[in-house]
Amino acid sequence: MTHGSLNGLGDSDMQELQEVIRWFQYIIVNGLPATLLLTFLGLVFGFILGLLFALGRVYAPRPIKVAISTYERIMRSIPILVLMFMFVFGFPGLFNFVGAGTNATLMAVAFALALRSSAYQAGIFRSAIQSVSPGQLQAAQAIGMTNLQANVFIVLPQAFRLAVPGWSNEYAVVIKDTSFAMAVGIAEMNKLALNLQVESPEFMLFILFVLTLVYFCFTYPVTKYAGEIMTKRLKRLGLGGG
Amino acid sequence: MTLILEVKDIYKSFDELAVLKGISFDVHQGEVKVIFGPSGSGKSTMLRCINMLDPPQSGDILLHGQSLMDPSANLNKLRAKIGMVFQSFNLFAHMKAIDNIALGPRRVLGLSKEVSMEIAHQALERVKLSDRAHHYPAELSGGQQQRIGIARALAMQPDVILFDEPTSALDPELIGEVLQVMLDIAKEGTTMIVVTHEMGFARAVADEMIFMDEGVIVERGTPQHFFAGAESERAQRFLHRLEVLYGQAEEES
Repeated sequence: MTHGSLNGLGDSDMQELQEVIRWFQYIIVNGLPATLLLTFLGLVFGFILGLLFALGRVYAPRPIKVAISTYERIMRSIPILVLMFMFVFGFPGLFNFVGAGTNATLMAVAFALALRSSAYQAGIFRSAIQSVSPGQLQAAQAIGMTNLQANVFIVLPQAFRLAVPGWSNEYAVVIKDTSFAMAVGIAEMNKLALNLQVESPEFMLFILFVLTLVYFCFTYPVTKYAGEIMTKRLKRLGLGGG
Repeated sequence: MTLILEVKDIYKSFDELAVLKGISFDVHQGEVKVIFGPSGSGKSTMLRCINMLDPPQSGDILLHGQSLMDPSANLNKLRAKIGMVFQSFNLFAHMKAIDNIALGPRRVLGLSKEVSMEIAHQALERVKLSDRAHHYPAELSGGQQQRIGIARALAMQPDVILFDEPTSALDPELIGEVLQVMLDIAKEGTTMIVVTHEMGFARAVADEMIFMDEGVIVERGTPQHFFAGAESERAQRFLHRLEVLYGQAEEES
């Protein structure tokens, strides 16, 4: 079998092309669902917890603030792999309510990702809330809004917009960190790439390139949209940096 | 004349710094009070005390006889009856002009969406900005933003509107349009407390002028009284400085 010839499409080249397409298919069809599911669950639960923590750190009494910032510090300093091991092996059966086996493992991994992400999202939302100009809150209070109304209608809508660029960064971190799930036996994209290596070890670099491309396609458009287009939109509203 | 607002002997300090040292005055229906004085004299703090954005340490503030300092008072409800126009406009940045104005009637007064929008459109008309209804604050000039700020206060149909140096953040060529709107609503009978150095405005519509310095009221009187010659030396000096600044007085001293 010849390979590596770049000029002309011989039979062997066609075969190689088909092989590459098969790798893409194999990784996308079998691995992408787990990757996306973990990313989604990790971000959504991380969002709910993170937003609560952010609100707590801005508005709650001091002891709660201290508790939350301690939680954030701890979560930021534990390697994600240790967290995953903790919930998969440290507390076995904790997530059996979604079905023992793969489902429970998936859930445990999602939970680990969510807890870690909640610490980072709390930081993102806290600084976004705090960077809404104090005049906005005062204007809301001055027309007679309750603190809750002022937050729901004025502060949080602006904070969410301000948080988008930072949040897109967190999305990029979480989708890539789902790769650690391989270590607890989840069939996500890296795991499948390794399966391919067993089949054709001589193409490992190429297989990894395919893997990289899939991650890139799911990361770049989001950070591009959030980072650039949203920043422009924020400028138009006179929010964020000016 | 119906008594609207009573400010009774209010004291306010930030840490060790005493900013207000016993301020008292009454405001009646339809009255326009102009507060002026050197920067740091406590004028803005006094306005922010009136609607409790910065609550005073002692004294009392009564709106229609109801105390805002009373811990059991429904502060949000009382604030809804006291409009405020800010030096830096403070329009809600993520909302179009019309939504900035309709928000209070809709969410605070609890009116229907249609009625709130109707009120907002009327308020926009009063500040002559109907054609800017669907612009975001950042798309408007400073003068236009401040007029939206005034419309936002008007839409609540408050008993009194507080103006905190409404033209100080504006370029000179934009001050006129804001003052014109303020003159219009003053002539329509709006009760106003205005912190400003715009003496032309004071001369035209003020019922009483209050000169503050170092946290106390130094002198008060009608515009005629002040422009004929203030009694206190501090007020005289300050008015003279303003005149020099605006080029209306010959340099004498």
